[in-house]
Amino acid sequence: MSADTETIDRFVAQEYKWGFYTDIEADTLPPGLDEDVVRHISAKKNEPEWLLEWRLKAFRLWQTMEEPHWPQVKYDPIDYQAVSYYSAPGAKDKDRPKSLDEVDPKLLETYEKLGVPLHERARLAGVAVDAVFDSVSVGTTHKEELAKHGVIFCSFSEAVQEHPELIKKYLGTVVPYTDNFFATLNSAVFSDGSFVYIPKGVRCPLELSTYFRINAAETGQFERTLIIADEGSHVSYLEGCTAPMRDENQLHAAVVELVALGDAEIKYSTVQNWYPGDEDGNGGIYNFVTKRGICKGARSKICWTQVETGSAITWKYPSVILRGDDSVGEFYSVALANLAQQADTGTKMIHLGKNTRSTVISKGISAGKGQNSYRGLVQMGKNATNARNYTQCDSLLIGSRCGAHTFPYIEVKNPSAQVEHEATTSKIGEDQIFYCNARGIETQDAVNMIVNGFCKEVFRELPMEFAMEAQALMDVSLEGSVG
Amino acid sequence: MLEIKNLKAGVEGRDILKGIDLTINAGEVHAIMGPNGSGKSTLAQVLAGREAFNVAEGSVMYKGQDLLELAPEVRVREGLFLAFQYPVEIPGVNTTYFLRAAVNAVREHHGEAALNAVDFLKLMREKIELLQLDEALLKRSVNEGFSGGEKKRAEILQMALLDPTMAVLDETDSGLDIDALKVVANGVNQLKRADNAQLIITHYQRLLDYIVPDFVHVLYDGRIVKSGGKELAHELEEKGYDWITNGELQTA
Ligand SMILES: Nc1ncnc2c1ncn2[C@@H]1O[C@H](COP(=O)(O)OP(=O)(O)O)[C@@H](O)[C@H]1O
Ligand SMILES: [Mg+2]
Repeated sequence: MSADTETIDRFVAQEYKWGFYTDIEADTLPPGLDEDVVRHISAKKNEPEWLLEWRLKAFRLWQTMEEPHWPQVKYDPIDYQAVSYYSAPGAKDKDRPKSLDEVDPKLLETYEKLGVPLHERARLAGVAVDAVFDSVSVGTTHKEELAKHGVIFCSFSEAVQEHPELIKKYLGTVVPYTDNFFATLNSAVFSDGSFVYIPKGVRCPLELSTYFRINAAETGQFERTLIIADEGSHVSYLEGCTAPMRDENQLHAAVVELVALGDAEIKYSTVQNWYPGDEDGNGGIYNFVTKRGICKGARSKICWTQVETGSAITWKYPSVILRGDDSVGEFYSVALANLAQQADTGTKMIHLGKNTRSTVISKGISAGKGQNSYRGLVQMGKNATNARNYTQCDSLLIGSRCGAHTFPYIEVKNPSAQVEHEATTSKIGEDQIFYCNARGIETQDAVNMIVNGFCKEVFRELPMEFAMEAQALMDVSLEGSVG
Repeated sequence: MLEIKNLKAGVEGRDILKGIDLTINAGEVHAIMGPNGSGKSTLAQVLAGREAFNVAEGSVMYKGQDLLELAPEVRVREGLFLAFQYPVEIPGVNTTYFLRAAVNAVREHHGEAALNAVDFLKLMREKIELLQLDEALLKRSVNEGFSGGEKKRAEILQMALLDPTMAVLDETDSGLDIDALKVVANGVNQLKRADNAQLIITHYQRLLDYIVPDFVHVLYDGRIVKSGGKELAHELEEKGYDWITNGELQTA
């Protein structure tokens, strides 16, 4: 029997629960981008001269670059002059709040509504949160406790003021400002983001988490995150993100850099839930993100876990450069393309050191008119003796109007290196749904059950506190994906 | 309990069931026999509510309700259960999890509290003993990699867990060796009560040595061409389906 009978082919719009807008006074730059805008952002943040110079170099280079069109995604040209590059809550002339007590209650309320309470009374136990609202961080929780362990967790802007030597030493060392069109744009206009430093031998006592919220209309979000794990340290970091429902597309071009020194471990998890747009492809976030980590020292480890349910377009390849001998890179991904969403995502594992190992587990789910592409590069350098990679790339199709594509690239320059690639494509069959129905289970529950089973291997890599949330989010994002 | 009248159904413009009449009362066991392709599974799937089969004519009343109006998940919650001829594999979905979801969906429908994991496990352990199923199977994905016999026994385990009023078993015997057949038959017999009924679909008479039917019907080319008591099964076994089909063609 055909697997695409009407039962699984009737699609309706899903409900996006985070689509509300906070009406708050904001200091927003008018749309447009030129050197003055770059200077203005830098001045707003009271940045040192060298950082302004770095931004300007990036901006000048960006003007000569062309937007990449190799991803398997389609969208109308972006007018970069129609975007506002800076928006901060609060009046122009007001100083930024110095502590959470001074933060506008409206903002606190917003985060509360999003399930991320910041205030001492209600904040999440075991998780320190940096809350970024449009272009700025509104506050960071649990700071004192982290300070006791020497852990630095603050907004990027604050780090520029308080720890300029660390920023100067590491900024752009993993993702140089020349890297690619969107990373170069980010380098010129980045606003806020998070900064983390874990000292030698310290196991960070809390989960660290940044919650990104786009609120203002016609603004782009260009955050920049830098995490440094010094020798023998360990940190688990999670980012979450949402945006109001709007008919226009909004641009999000972030850069994340991770540095793991010898024996250090960084676990970076993302639950990406930007507004996906509607079923006809109106609105939604364009998510063009450059994420890369370097395993600089021997035996270091970087693990990326991502659950990508939102955004109209996702263009994202969290990567690991395995420079230290015996270092380990992992990438676990669930990417959902429902409605008219398009996802082109995957990873790059660049093996430079000896005995380096990497694992890639990618689960792509396509529903509605969604298009999901896995794009992955495994590179074994000439000194990567005995390096190993294992890649497993599974696609699940729901209905018959969606698509799944796989683009694996493999380059091996060392004969002792081994690369293993497995790929499967399956479809939720009408027979599977009927079997569940015949056991009393409703169609939507059956789809959720099958999808969650499909994603299990990735969900269990998430920090405990968020695994359940990811599963619930997946259920909501699939709501209405079947008739 | 179940009253099928002049049921005509087909798929993609093709007529398969060409007017079925069948009444099953509480406390009865009916057997439907017939050659391959006669429409036995189609009847079973129509009763369970598979959308792919279109009902062209006729009616099915179940416990005083119009069965054909009910969604498939509601039919099973109301006690009409189908053990599939070809149980479907659902990779990634843990069997125990699946069974608990099924049991709780039925319980919820009847206003009963959902069973927690511990209570459910207790219930399940009782039932797997009855069917001599290896508990390790229940840790695997639904039907995935199960042998033919394991799949059939797992179907009867589901039947035991859901405790249906009207059970339809579609060729549950096929693919079973004689020992497994006895285990399955024993399980089915233990589930038999005065207030429920069973419809056993089979190609061979063999199963009916262990599950003794009150009535036997012969399905041929979408019609019930002969009905009788349990002797009919033996007669069929001796003379083969040709006996019926030739006879029928002559009188037709
Ligand atoms: N989904 C389907 N599409 C087309 N023909 C079908 C379908 N299902 C069953 N049939 C046909 O209907 C007839 C009866 O099938 P079935 O009910 O499975 O018979 P039985 O169970 O008695 O062997 C067969 O000729 C079969 O090929
Ligand atoms: Mg059959």
